Amino acid sequence: MIRLSHVYKSYPNGALALKDVSFRIGKGEFVFLTGHSGAGKSTIMRLLFAEQQPTSGEVRVSGYDVSTLRPDDIPRLRRRLGVVFQDFRLLEDRTAAENIAFALEVTGARSDTIAARVMRVLTQVGLSAKSRAYPRELSGGEQQRVAIARALVNDPAILVADEPTGNLDERATRGVFQLLRDINAGGTVIVMATHDLDLVRQANYRTIELRDGGVVFDSAEDEAGEAEAAR
Amino acid sequence: MKLLTREALLSFRRAPLLSALSITTIAFSLFTLGLFGLVAINLREALRGLEERVEIVAFVLRGTPAETITLATQDIAAFPEVQDVAYVTEEQALARARRELVEFRDAYRDLQVNPLPASIEVRLKDGYRDAATVEQVAQRLRGFEFVNDVRFGREWVQKLDHLRNITGVVGLVIGLAFAAVAVVIIGVTIRLTLLQRAREISIMRLVGATNWFIRGPFLLEGALKGLLGGLLSLALCYAGYLLFRDRSGGTFAGLIFFQPAQLFAIVVFGVMLGLGGSLVSVGRHLRHV
Repeated sequence: MIRLSHVYKSYPNGALALKDVSFRIGKGEFVFLTGHSGAGKSTIMRLLFAEQQPTSGEVRVSGYDVSTLRPDDIPRLRRRLGVVFQDFRLLEDRTAAENIAFALEVTGARSDTIAARVMRVLTQVGLSAKSRAYPRELSGGEQQRVAIARALVNDPAILVADEPTGNLDERATRGVFQLLRDINAGGTVIVMATHDLDLVRQANYRTIELRDGGVVFDSAEDEAGEAEAAR
Repeated sequence: MKLLTREALLSFRRAPLLSALSITTIAFSLFTLGLFGLVAINLREALRGLEERVEIVAFVLRGTPAETITLATQDIAAFPEVQDVAYVTEEQALARARRELVEFRDAYRDLQVNPLPASIEVRLKDGYRDAATVEQVAQRLRGFEFVNDVRFGREWVQKLDHLRNITGVVGLVIGLAFAAVAVVIIGVTIRLTLLQRAREISIMRLVGATNWFIRGPFLLEGALKGLLGGLLSLALCYAGYLLFRDRSGGTFAGLIFFQPAQLFAIVVFGVMLGLGGSLVSVGRHLRHV
């Protein structure tokens, strides 16, 4: 589903954000991207939804080659992804349901299907009773659930979540994390950047750790190595 | 389409002051342009009146046979530039002089011999009344053997030419300057709307809306503002026209207003300005998001 091969990313000011990053993420996986601030997590996230292109190397996401993607193809890729951010990015002047419907309307969904699809994802994230609430009337955890519902409404194969629990208290964090696990159980690939190591330890998911723009640990390779050694 | 219209109209409701400001600035830009246009069409109209009086007179040698003149008149009437040709006999010239030059009436009455020559008066078609064409036709008339002299008020024709050229150039320059100002103003107001809605646009892009879909409402908004600004400017122009015509105490009673096609062109121009301004602004903004 996702493949990065020898990816380098440098910025115009000369700063090197990624150095020779390579990994693959297969169907149905839940992967944590961890590391300190500035380690390169967000840069990888931005490459995944084609907000940026690599300086060199190859980034393939859901069949698209981000390194050579034409501007016209970017919307096509993004419709196959769901993206969630730390700051929710909801529109304050629209209700929860309208925020989700917005994602369908602007991608040209048939208007007679929108209400039902919105209700389905709101139910999925446990907020069907708050469909008419405005973001300011919702708690942080609930706002993030609306954002997740919006990311899910186009039935993406991959959900990219950049520090989705970064702004939440412990209880809300647990709730949102559980929601992401449920979504993953339904077959959606989840790539979650986080520096919350407690969360990483809670579940036995694959973890890729970044430091200074390079991969310093990948639990999948580690397990493969151990299996190799045991043989 | 429904969404496009709704989003475009929503910005009017969300930012009524800003929208009113942009429509007013467009209206004032077009109003200034329109006022200049009014001056230009009225000047052109006045010039046309003057131009119609541009006449070339070829004086005929005494004793030229009538048949020769008749044939020549037919030749001259066939020139592509010529609207009509009139032959004025010596007697007609004298009669006209007696009628028009009242102060010399006595002098003409006492004449034993008619001193006035016969003449061929040539008027040119619209579009051929410039100095160069007039000179050309005059030259051809001089070619007839029986023509003694050709007069056409050279300086007058040249001055008219000059005035028309100046009007054209000044109109074009001022018109373009104002159009540029209107585009900049529309661009700035659309940019303000864009900044106001930057969050919405970033979310639209994030969920996979195409650039054209994102541009759509802004372009429609620009076009609508241009349309409203254009209509408002016409109302202002008409008010200005009425005020000027009625307060001038009859001096400008003959002033004309725009023709329907010109009115339409101004509104279309407003829409184009609105579209152009928003296209530039949206294009630039989307490159940077």
